Amino acid sequence: MKVEIHGKSVAYSSGSGHPEHNAPAIYFLHGAGMDHTVWVMQARYFARHGYRVMALDLPGHGKSDGPALDNVDALADWFYGVIGATRSGADSVTLVGHSMGTLVCLSLAARYPDLADKLVLLGTSAPMPVADVLLNAAQDNDHAAIDMANTWSHGQRSLLGASDNPGTSNLHMGERLLERMGDDVYFKDFSACNGFSTEHYDAIHTPTLIITGDQDKMTPPRAGTAVADMLMNSRLMHLQGCGHLMMSEQPNQVLDAMSAFVLT
Amino acid sequence: MTDSKHRSPQGMGFDTLSLHAGQVPDPTTGARATPIYQSAAFVFPDSDAAAGLFNIERAGHVYSRLSNPTNAVLEERMAALDHGVGSVVTASGQAALHLAITTILSAGDHIVSSRSVYGGTHNLLEYTLSRFGISTTFVDPRDMRAFADAIQPNTKLIFGEVLGNPGLEVLDIPTLSELAHAHHLPLLIDATFVTPYLCQPIELGADLVVHSATKFLSGHGVVVGGVVVDGGTFDWQSSDKFPTLSEPYVGFHDLVFADEFGPAAFITRARKEGIRDFGACMAPMTAFQILQGLETLPLRMQKHVANAMEVAKYLEQQELVASVSYPGLPSHPDYELAQTMLPKGCGAVFSFELKDGREAGRVFIESLNVFSHLANVGDAKSLVIHPASTTHHRVDEASLKASGIGPGLVRLSVGLEDAKDLINDLKGGLRAVEKFNKQRASQAAKPLEAVS
Repeated sequence: MKVEIHGKSVAYSSGSGHPEHNAPAIYFLHGAGMDHTVWVMQARYFARHGYRVMALDLPGHGKSDGPALDNVDALADWFYGVIGATRSGADSVTLVGHSMGTLVCLSLAARYPDLADKLVLLGTSAPMPVADVLLNAAQDNDHAAIDMANTWSHGQRSLLGASDNPGTSNLHMGERLLERMGDDVYFKDFSACNGFSTEHYDAIHTPTLIITGDQDKMTPPRAGTAVADMLMNSRLMHLQGCGHLMMSEQPNQVLDAMSAFVLT
Repeated sequence: MTDSKHRSPQGMGFDTLSLHAGQVPDPTTGARATPIYQSAAFVFPDSDAAAGLFNIERAGHVYSRLSNPTNAVLEERMAALDHGVGSVVTASGQAALHLAITTILSAGDHIVSSRSVYGGTHNLLEYTLSRFGISTTFVDPRDMRAFADAIQPNTKLIFGEVLGNPGLEVLDIPTLSELAHAHHLPLLIDATFVTPYLCQPIELGADLVVHSATKFLSGHGVVVGGVVVDGGTFDWQSSDKFPTLSEPYVGFHDLVFADEFGPAAFITRARKEGIRDFGACMAPMTAFQILQGLETLPLRMQKHVANAMEVAKYLEQQELVASVSYPGLPSHPDYELAQTMLPKGCGAVFSFELKDGREAGRVFIESLNVFSHLANVGDAKSLVIHPASTTHHRVDEASLKASGIGPGLVRLSVGLEDAKDLINDLKGGLRAVEKFNKQRASQAAKPLEAVS
C-alpha cells in the first residue's frame, strides 16, 4: 500500500487491517537496509486487534520513494510528517522501532514529547556505533556488508537453520531482504546510526518497552539496558537464545511482550 | 546494491547443516534425534493465540496438513542446504512440482520447459495441466534461443532439470536465469539428480527449486516425498504477471502476499493455499526417514559420484557400448559446462546405449545381479532401467527421439557398493549380450529347414 506525502510515495503495510476512523495508531519502523516486511506478524496482530497499523518503508527503502536519509533527526522529521498525515482520528499513537528504527523513535520522542503514548524498542543502542569494516563495505556497495551484518544479526539457532516459523530460514530471509536495497542505502543507514547522539535530548518520559536478545551482536543486551537506564519510564524484556532480528527469531515472545505492554 | 548477485550468508558449512539444520535438541525431553510428531492436530493455548495462528501472527502448528514439527525440521534443513528463504515438503516429487506451478500459474498461462525431463513430468506438463488450461512448450535444453523464442505474452515460468532425463544434458542455469529474468520470469529447477551437495541452483540464479526427496536426499529408497524451495530472489511485483502474489487473495482475507511477506511471498502462498487446498502433504514419519538420509548426504554423494565415474569410464571402453552419456566424461558435449557448474561431480545417474538395440537392452538388464531392475533412481543400491519400455513408455516415438532416447538406451543409478562389484556385474551383462548376439547370428545363418 502507498500514501502520497509531500509529493513522495510512502509504502506501508496495514497488516491487512480495516481500522475505524478513530482507531489507535501503531507505527513500525524497520532497521538498516530492511523494509516493512520484517513486521508482518506483529502488524497483522495489531490490525486484528483494531489498530491502525502503519508498518512503513523508510525513504529509499522497500517501495518508498528516495532518497534514503543519512541522519536520524532527518528521519525523525520525515516520520513526524508521516504520522501527521496518516494517524487519522487516532487518540493514541504507539511507535515501534527495530535497530536504526529505535533511534528514529527516540529522536521523535525527545523532540516531540507529546506525540507518542508508548514506545517499543527492539534491539536498541544509543549511541549505535558501526564497525569500520561494516561501514567501509557498505560505502563500497560491497555484498560483504550484507553478509557480515546478516550473520551478526542472527542467534545460534538461526545460524543452525532452525526457525520458530515452520519451514523458514531466518538467515536466508535476512540475506534476500537486504539484497533488495539500492546502492548507497546501507551506507546512509549506517552513517545515520554511527552519527546518532543523545547529547542534545532531554530525558524521554514516554512509557517505553525495550526488548533485547542475549545473542545480539549488533546491539548487545547491555546496550539495551543502558538505553533503559537513560529513559524515565522504561521496562526491559530480555529474550534468551535470541539474536538481533528478534521479530523473526522469536515472534511469539516478541508479540507476547508487545501485546502485554501496548494493549494494557 | 551494485554487487547485488545473491550469495550465501556466512553461516555454517554444508556438512554441519546436513546434520543439524532445522533441529536443536528437544527442549522438553532432551532428545538429540528429531522426534516424530505423529499428531494430526495441535492444541491451542487460548482462543486469541488460535486466531493468531490462523492469521499468520504467531509461529506454530495447527494441523499437520499445513505444517508439522517433524516436517518443519526437514523443510528448514532443505532451505538451509539449498539457500532458500523457506521450503514446503510434499507427498512426492510430483506433488512438489505441481505445488510450485499452481502457486503462480492459472488457467490461460504458459510454461517453457526443457524437453529432456522425467517422463512423469512430461505427462503433467503436456497432458494433465493442459486439461486445466496451463500449456507448455518443450524446447531443447541446450538451445537458449529456443527458450527465448518459445516465450509468449502469457508465459509465467521457465522450467528445466539440472541434468536432463535421460540424456544428461547439463542445463546452463546461469544463462537461462539471465534469459528468464530479462523477460521478468522466474526460473524453476528440478535438482533431484544432483541434490544441493552437487548443485545449488539458487546460487546459480534459479528462483525456485523442486526435488524428489525419494531419491538421493533419502538414499534408502523406503519413502516417497518431495520438496519445494523458494529462493526468495524473484520480485513478483516487477510486472503484473503474478496476480496470485501481487494482488489481494480473497481466499485469505485479501492478503497481498508480496506486500506483506516480501521475499517469502511464494513459499507462504504455497503453504497457505496449495498445501491447504490441494492437500498433498508429507507424513511426519516420512519426513523423519528423509532426515535420516540427509544426515549422510555429503558422504553418500561423494561415493555416488566416485563410483559413477569409475563405472562410466569402464563402459566407455567396451566394444558393445555405442556411447556413454555422462557429463563427467570429456566425451560428453556438456563436459566443459559441467566442470564449472558441477565441480563436485555430475551425479550418479547416467545412461549408455548398447549397440544392438532393444533386445540387447533386455538381455543385458535381465542378466544383472547387483543392479536392481526397477523404476527409481538415487537409492544407496545400484539400479538399472530401460527407459523406452518403462519410464518413457507413454512418450511417442518422435518425442522419444527428440529426448535422445534410443532403443538400446540403458539408464543406471550407481549406488554405494564396491565399484569393482558393480563393474563385474556389468561385465556379466555384456557377456550375456555377446552370447545372445552369437546365438542370434548362428540361428540367422542356419537354413530354414534346420530351424524348423
